[in-house]
Amino acid sequence: MVPNYRKAELMGPTLLNPNKQLADSTRPIISCNGVQLAFGTGASSQTVLDHLNLAVQQGQIVSLLGPSGCGKSTLLRVIAGLIEADEGTVFVDEEKVASQMPRSLREKMSFVFQEPALLPWRTLWQNVILPSQLRGIQQQPKVRDLVEHLLGLVGFQKADWRKFPSQLSGGMKMRASIARAMSTQPTILLLDEPFAALDDMLRSKLNDLLLTIAAEQNCTMLFVTHNISEAIYLSDAIAVMSQGRIAERLEVPFSFPRQASLRSTPEFAAYYGQVAESLARGNS
Amino acid sequence: MNNSRSKYLSSSAPVLVFLVVATIWHFAVIAFKIPPIILPGPIAVANALWQEQLVLMNASWVTLQAAAVGLLCSAIFGSLIAVVFSQSSLLRIALYPYVIFLQTVPIVAIAPLLIIWSGNNFRTIVLVATIISIFPVIANVTSGLLSINENLRELFRMQSATRWQTLTKLRIPAAIPQLVLGLRVSSGLSVIGAIVAEFFVGNSGEYDGLGTIMTSRQANLKTAELIAALMACTCLGIILFGLVNLLSATVLRRWTRNSGFESDK
Repeated sequence: MVPNYRKAELMGPTLLNPNKQLADSTRPIISCNGVQLAFGTGASSQTVLDHLNLAVQQGQIVSLLGPSGCGKSTLLRVIAGLIEADEGTVFVDEEKVASQMPRSLREKMSFVFQEPALLPWRTLWQNVILPSQLRGIQQQPKVRDLVEHLLGLVGFQKADWRKFPSQLSGGMKMRASIARAMSTQPTILLLDEPFAALDDMLRSKLNDLLLTIAAEQNCTMLFVTHNISEAIYLSDAIAVMSQGRIAERLEVPFSFPRQASLRSTPEFAAYYGQVAESLARGNS
Repeated sequence: MNNSRSKYLSSSAPVLVFLVVATIWHFAVIAFKIPPIILPGPIAVANALWQEQLVLMNASWVTLQAAAVGLLCSAIFGSLIAVVFSQSSLLRIALYPYVIFLQTVPIVAIAPLLIIWSGNNFRTIVLVATIISIFPVIANVTSGLLSINENLRELFRMQSATRWQTLTKLRIPAAIPQLVLGLRVSSGLSVIGAIVAEFFVGNSGEYDGLGTIMTSRQANLKTAELIAALMACTCLGIILFGLVNLLSATVLRRWTRNSGFESDK
């Protein structure tokens, strides 16, 4: 298994964006302050996010861990500006997030959905280049180089590029979806349980792929999951969510690069127990 | 083995049914001594088909053209109306009742009116075929344009896609399968519309479609020839439906292509 190099282990500047800064662990790139959101009105109103605070430093991978319905996916959409909070503020790269935010701010973020969300009438290549096409930059050689590079990075051969989504398996579609999200070189990647529908083996492979991409592209990731093992393996920190709040924030004690064998160590098992306890505490 | 047997069955069974029905028909006409003016036997009809083959082929070609142009107009104008509806809920609410009017209005009631306005010509036949076949296109395409997967809409919003980009790169391509579905229903309707309009156009000599042939044969009590024309009408409907199916199979290959998944590498 190829180890996943990150940050300090990065070999030189990133391939396609040499100006991109390496991880700066002091500046919060995402900051949520007292975010409050309820769905519905009056008596049927249901609080989804309850004065939630969260800070994510640049270059970090933070997992939002919690049971279904605790507001993880909603928080991700609030940060992306897809849903507007009732109260509180969200800042991304020191700019305020709102539903009508500047294009430049929105373009700093990319979203990977729970389902691959590929357009069935477009080939793999056309799907991955779609965000660049919407920005009108798809003809630029550096964009095409990037897409080529990303498709290779997520494991596609050139022969696959002309295939349609219906010709791809679930895992391939999800890899295509990740390549598409990275094709605009986002500063922040928001992932909403992207591997929930995949089997354990495939999930583990894609976890490694994600770490490789995070290292190469040096981007901050906010990863929603309800899988404890995945959260520990991928993250610098885990934000345990409960009833619309961050119940606890845990710093993951394992250094990078991480290898698949980490999951079978006693330290991992012990830490798994600690996170599970925290999760149970938060939801008791 | 099983496969070839079912293939053989699927091609031979309908022929067998036809032969059985024709035989029953033949003997029923003889046994009940039904006068040919009421119901001629299958042999008389086959004879009429042979005798009138040139006339029927020419008439079928004229009617097919009218129905096909009507269907094309339905596809174009129906889709344009659906695009307008998808872009403005106000227009949709204001105009949708009138679109339903197109679906509910009895075509035999407005065909004479259209002939008065537009004349005994090809244009009128196309107009009637369009009016009768446009509703399934509008209803299906509007639904296709509006029922877009939430994640795909969010994907476009995340990229700050313009309204035009969302329409042309997401909504319209996503609605193509719905358009094809609508056209399948409309294809049969457009043939009905063309023939009904031809009934009203009558045998004025300016226009000779299947409908006009049928009214003329009915007036002359040529029942065998009338049934032969009816068969030509059915064939026409099947041909147009087949053409739309062929088109849909070609167009929808991207949407429904299923040549087997590849395993993960």
